[in-house]
Amino acid sequence: MAIQTQQPDAEERISLATQWQLIWWRFRKHTLAQIGAVIVILFYLVALLADFLAYSDPTYVEAQRSLLPPHGIQWFDDGKFAPFVYGLKGTRDPVTFKRVYVTDTSQKYPLRFFGKGFEWKFLGFKFDRHLLAVEGAPAEEVLFLLGTDSLGRDLWSRLMYATRTSLTIGLLGVTLSLFLGILLGGISGYYGGPLDTFIQRVIEVIRSIPTIPLWMGLGAALPREWSVTQVYFAITVILSLIGWTELARVVRGRFLSLREEDYITAAELAGCSQLRIIFRHMVPSFLSHIIAATTLAIPAMIISETALSFLGLGLRPPAVSWGVLLQDAQNVQSLAISPWLVIPTIPVIVVILSLNFLGDGLRDAADPYG
Amino acid sequence: MLSYILRRFLLAIVTVWAITVLAFVIIQLPPGDFVTIYINALQSSGSPISYGQAEAMRAQYGLDQPMYIQYLKWMGMMLQGDFGMALAWNKPVKEIIGDRLTLTMVVSIAAILLTWTVALPIGIYSAVRQYSLGDYVFTFIGFIGIAVPNFMLALILMYVGYKYFNMSIGGLFSPQYAEAPWSLAKVLDLLQHLILPALILGLAGTAQLIRIMRANLLDELRKPYVVTARAKGLSETRVILKYPVRAALNPFASTIGYYFPYVVSGSIVVSLVLSLPTVGPLLLTALVAQDMFLAGTIVLMLGVMTVIGTFVSDLILMWIDPRIRMEG
Amino acid sequence: MEHGPEPILSVRNLKTYFFQDEGIVHAVDGATFDLYRGQTLGIVGESGCGKSVTARSVLRIVERPGRIVEGEIILRREQPNGQTDEIDLTKLNPDGALMRAIRGKDIGLIFQEPMTSFSAHYTIGNQITEAIRLHLKLSKAEARARAIEMLRLVGIPKPERRVDEYSFQLSGGLRQRAMIAMALACDPGILIADEPTTALDVTTQAQILALLERLQRERGMAIMLITHNLGVVAEMCDAVVVMYLGRVVEKGPVRQIFHNARHPYTQALLRSIPSIEAAPRVKLPTITGSIPHPYKRPKGCPFHPRCAHVMPGLCDVQTPALQPVAEHQEASCFLYHPSQ
Repeated sequence: MAIQTQQPDAEERISLATQWQLIWWRFRKHTLAQIGAVIVILFYLVALLADFLAYSDPTYVEAQRSLLPPHGIQWFDDGKFAPFVYGLKGTRDPVTFKRVYVTDTSQKYPLRFFGKGFEWKFLGFKFDRHLLAVEGAPAEEVLFLLGTDSLGRDLWSRLMYATRTSLTIGLLGVTLSLFLGILLGGISGYYGGPLDTFIQRVIEVIRSIPTIPLWMGLGAALPREWSVTQVYFAITVILSLIGWTELARVVRGRFLSLREEDYITAAELAGCSQLRIIFRHMVPSFLSHIIAATTLAIPAMIISETALSFLGLGLRPPAVSWGVLLQDAQNVQSLAISPWLVIPTIPVIVVILSLNFLGDGLRDAADPYG
Repeated sequence: MLSYILRRFLLAIVTVWAITVLAFVIIQLPPGDFVTIYINALQSSGSPISYGQAEAMRAQYGLDQPMYIQYLKWMGMMLQGDFGMALAWNKPVKEIIGDRLTLTMVVSIAAILLTWTVALPIGIYSAVRQYSLGDYVFTFIGFIGIAVPNFMLALILMYVGYKYFNMSIGGLFSPQYAEAPWSLAKVLDLLQHLILPALILGLAGTAQLIRIMRANLLDELRKPYVVTARAKGLSETRVILKYPVRAALNPFASTIGYYFPYVVSGSIVVSLVLSLPTVGPLLLTALVAQDMFLAGTIVLMLGVMTVIGTFVSDLILMWIDPRIRMEG
Repeated sequence: MEHGPEPILSVRNLKTYFFQDEGIVHAVDGATFDLYRGQTLGIVGESGCGKSVTARSVLRIVERPGRIVEGEIILRREQPNGQTDEIDLTKLNPDGALMRAIRGKDIGLIFQEPMTSFSAHYTIGNQITEAIRLHLKLSKAEARARAIEMLRLVGIPKPERRVDEYSFQLSGGLRQRAMIAMALACDPGILIADEPTTALDVTTQAQILALLERLQRERGMAIMLITHNLGVVAEMCDAVVVMYLGRVVEKGPVRQIFHNARHPYTQALLRSIPSIEAAPRVKLPTITGSIPHPYKRPKGCPFHPRCAHVMPGLCDVQTPALQPVAEHQEASCFLYHPSQ
């Protein structure tokens, strides 16, 4: 029996809705995808506002304060809401003679929201305001929400900047793959024939090569003297040169099935130009699929960059990315002594999970007539 | 059928050729030719070679000739089984990577076998009992599997093992077997150590394959031939296992071709974290030290192994799907 | 009619509902009819009237969320000792041994899509011998011989070769023949044919129908022919059951139904058959309105919103029951209720 999921009175509403409205309605039914969307937006906000959310200069090195454990905020002082942090006092351990820090409850540093801290630039303007700032001492010396790394740099602040790097590299890499994918997939699907066969074989060849060794080889070949920005773009290019195949596959599949559709034949018979057919009739009907596939491709990019940087063959210090941060956590010994160094795994997992939920929801919603 | 095998075989040859080019590019990428690097390395290790020897080497590799001649010479050496010298070890590359390459394949294949034995029944269960509690649980685990990159999983598990169970996980052999010759006891020891790396490597793939299997089987379960089979009086288990599951295996099997390179890829990073004696750590040290013959050979060998794996999985696919067998 | 005193299959007040999140769909809502040995019974109606669900209910292969909620399906089997036993199929566990023994052995099924009714992963022979070995306890070689025999019986040329071929290597007509061979492999007393010719071209259709007629003559089985094609019914059937929205609106011998239909729905249905004798350029009459939405089944007689003879205050309030309107003919319409 033909069962329609909508009540009859809703039928008219549905038949009048545009494709994007239908997609939106379908998407609204996916709770997980919506949660994913919210989290992804929040993370990209962090990437945008990294300077503001950090409170310490991420490059401020102080070997004396290396590997400090997280040092929490005291929210109440004498029962009143007045956040502050205790100071830290450096002493020598009487047994090992190592320098250790203990909380000094006699010293209190009040925290200010939107207070002044290190200077940062945005669009050519200089700012010095931060979400959190410390009064009475530089934040670099007293505030360590997530502890410090081996060079005494504040992990929280570095995590903010790492989020910016990793998320933008994902986006940039996908944009580049998308360009290649749409171009080659589109050519392949629209023209078909020997050109299609050729591109398909190229894709098959690329897909049957293990990617990480290849990336490692290419990443290792980047000249040591290149600047952070140069390496950043080079890594993006390397990642997308291999990452475009999946998107090309999706685009080609769409083109192939659309070519057979009656309304395309109708447009051809009506004398529409090829460009008009592609952009007016074909692209709108698979744009939603492309968006979904793109969303699902970003996590793969992020994981690749993280893995490469984790190996030390991707981004290099002083660049900060999730993979660079995790390099400090490569062996059990360092993890056992300073477990907070694994904290950067949390944003990686959360973002990838959210992007996957979002992409899944988009993919389901992309076919509102299906 | 023959033409299908032939086509796949030709594609495999083309892929191998593409990989040799890529490996050659990787060897060529660092500044300076590798004989210079080689000589420098020998000098720093205290066994300099004479000018004449260096020149002889240059001629052997054709460094004074155009790029394509160099490539052809290198290919010629490869085909004769001469993979050049590894600098840091001052030994032929072949000697160094032999065992490690085998272990890489052992780990990868173990991960794939594990993936299959786990993903298949769970995928079937999730489709047949769609929207049951178990289905939701597996879907959730599946998402975690996809979201946690395998090297991070290795890192986390290592930390948990160290901190709460006070055992160091990692390696492929117990200390007493590491250098011992092969014996039954050593193989058993290896199998024991294989489980964890295989699990870590296989988790993401397992999650993906469960989703693929579930979606395929849900499609197949709606097809008329399932009703036909039921109407014959077969038991429900027999109906599902013989017909829709068999059909759902097809797209499932066609993913192994791409799954193999993916696992080999992942094994490189996971091996580093878990310090497995595979080619992974070797590749990293070779790349960092710009030991390009070693690095290039590893990339090439991994590629070739993958192509062979993909070709074998194509043959399996053909064996599973009569349509390819009859038409191809 | 030349059938025996007792029907081989009696369906009484069968109700099969689908319980979905959006509501309950009354796919079959109180169907009652009998099928006799050697008889061909046509079940007709528009798509969505519950024909196929009725067939699946008999075989107990209704898929979730569908369920038989009420009614009886009595199967009368001849035992080897000459006695007949009666089984109410609705009382059986659908996955139980007895129900499985009945499926394929006592009741065979063929249906619409010959393209996809066979699995593409096994040979035709494999799929036929499977049924034979399951029910008849034959050896592999015997079962194979029987499968070849069956293929020959349904008119497939070179059955010794075809038995090892895959369904996608056969044409649509041959595939449907193979399907019939499989359904009849264990010599069932009842064959349910669910739109067996819908997907075939007209010539093949005629061949398949002729084949079914011949097999019925030779083997004396009862056929339950489900179709929306009244032409097929006229040609093949001894008796007809007309269904609308899960209910039987009229049933009776085929001649009486075609020449003296009583129910307004049956009458409208017959009028909408194109005829070669009709005047040219005259619009074919159609039934006004459309089938109601499954969740919005009308109160009272389900046909009343589309009925030309609707009696307000009666048809939209009460549901009519099947009433005898002629010899062997019954209709469920208030026009024929004794009280009216």
